[in-house]
Amino acid sequence: MFELLGIPPQALFGQLLLGLINGAFYALLSLGLAVIFGLLNVINFAHGAQYMMGAFGAWMALNYLGVPFWGALVLSPLIVAIIGMIIERTLLRRLYHLDHLYGLLLTFGLALIIEGLFRRQYGASGLPYDNPLPGGTNLGFMFLPNYRAFIVVASLVVCLLVWFMIERTKLGSYLRAATERPDLVQAFGIDVPRMITLTYGFGVGLAALAGVLAAPAYQVSPTMGSNLIIVVFAVVVIGGMGSILGAIVTGFGLGVVEGLTKVFYPEASSTVIFVIMAIVLMVKPAGLFGTAK
Amino acid sequence: MLDRTSAPLLEVKNLHGHYGESHVLHGMSFDVYPGEVVTLLGRNGAGKTTTMRAIMGLLRKRSGSIRYEGTETVGLQPNKIARLGIAICPEERGIFSSLSVRENLLLPPVVLPGGLTVDEIHELFPRLEERRNSQGTKLSGGEQQMLAIARILRTGAKLLLLDEPSEGLAPVIVQHIGEIIKTLKQRGFTVLLVEQNFHFASTIADRHYVVEHGRVVDMVENDKIAENAARLEALLGV
Repeated sequence: MFELLGIPPQALFGQLLLGLINGAFYALLSLGLAVIFGLLNVINFAHGAQYMMGAFGAWMALNYLGVPFWGALVLSPLIVAIIGMIIERTLLRRLYHLDHLYGLLLTFGLALIIEGLFRRQYGASGLPYDNPLPGGTNLGFMFLPNYRAFIVVASLVVCLLVWFMIERTKLGSYLRAATERPDLVQAFGIDVPRMITLTYGFGVGLAALAGVLAAPAYQVSPTMGSNLIIVVFAVVVIGGMGSILGAIVTGFGLGVVEGLTKVFYPEASSTVIFVIMAIVLMVKPAGLFGTAK
Repeated sequence: MLDRTSAPLLEVKNLHGHYGESHVLHGMSFDVYPGEVVTLLGRNGAGKTTTMRAIMGLLRKRSGSIRYEGTETVGLQPNKIARLGIAICPEERGIFSSLSVRENLLLPPVVLPGGLTVDEIHELFPRLEERRNSQGTKLSGGEQQMLAIARILRTGAKLLLLDEPSEGLAPVIVQHIGEIIKTLKQRGFTVLLVEQNFHFASTIADRHYVVEHGRVVDMVENDKIAENAARLEALLGV
């Protein structure tokens, strides 16, 4: 077998795949954050908790209702999205006339409450969730587990569908226009408050979908969201707050960068994203794909 | 021609409006009849744009009465008011930069039957068809103004609120917009126009309301404009 800079290919491709999987979650989560921030101007700090709720939704569906993974993949995001919409209607809506900071504080508080409730009920150690796609394929240079491949493909497909919907459809043109001038869009006869509720639900649903995808790959635990969300916020800052394409490209890209760092300089693997964030903030404060507002 | 024997299309009575703490409209009252082109004339800061925003529901703090086809709209959300058949072309034009020209044109939903088709709109504004794939804000000022007017013609709205469509445009383009407004009138649209350009207004309007300090202080029929010229000039400071 060939070697690259003294690294065996199994290790390289193994880390590359792990990087892609992490990237798949970064992309889905930062995409939801971008959609929400674009229209609501709310930095949704509850995103990690909503991702965790998605994973728990899948676990509960299986253990309480006997709904298998594939059913939970639809059911859990839907239910978490509905909970999100209730939060928007009852809480977030009251804060739109205030500074961004209030929305951030509210969602941060919600994240703590939601995590606390799940920790009280289910403990902090994590619950197992069976792999719905066991087995894998030997590609020669590496072994590719089926479910891991599924995560990457599913995330890519969902991200591209969302991008298409926002950038290329009539519905997306309403969303883009309302992101710029919600008052004027409403004066054209569109029910913008309802659109805001649905958009928040959609972004939250994306987080929950990522959570369901994560359930078989990681353990289902109350803290799974808070571990991930800090990195995701760094991804969003690098990509550019509110940029749809930026969220997708930087999500996958930084996952891969992180994976490669693990191969070539493991000591930096947990900080590399934050180093990149610092550099991007210095050179292009609005992010790689962002435009200054 | 004009039918002022029937009920007014728009009836504004004792309209008050606030921006935060400041009281901007102090009892505006005026009517617009179906098929008319009516202007609100007045100096900067007289409350003309605020009146438009109040009619559209964009000014939340408003009281008094605004009736459209007999329906009271004070208290309705802007999207509900739009669905009654009122559409606005705002002063700053409000072209969306993240939308193409075509997306901008097709953005406002059709609220009532009887609007212009896209083909009819392209006949009136051929430039918009040529530039349909450009980013909305890449258009020239005149083209953006055309687009801002064009996109509200599709919706079936009968009352068009045009806020200073001549502002900042070259004379030849202002003249073109004047022609467009005359065409719209022939097609049966009713237009409420805010203008500071009195001479432009006098070429297209049926009547003029003079606004000062948030209330209507005078009304002049366009065909009596010559005999009132001195008084209007004093009021408008032109």
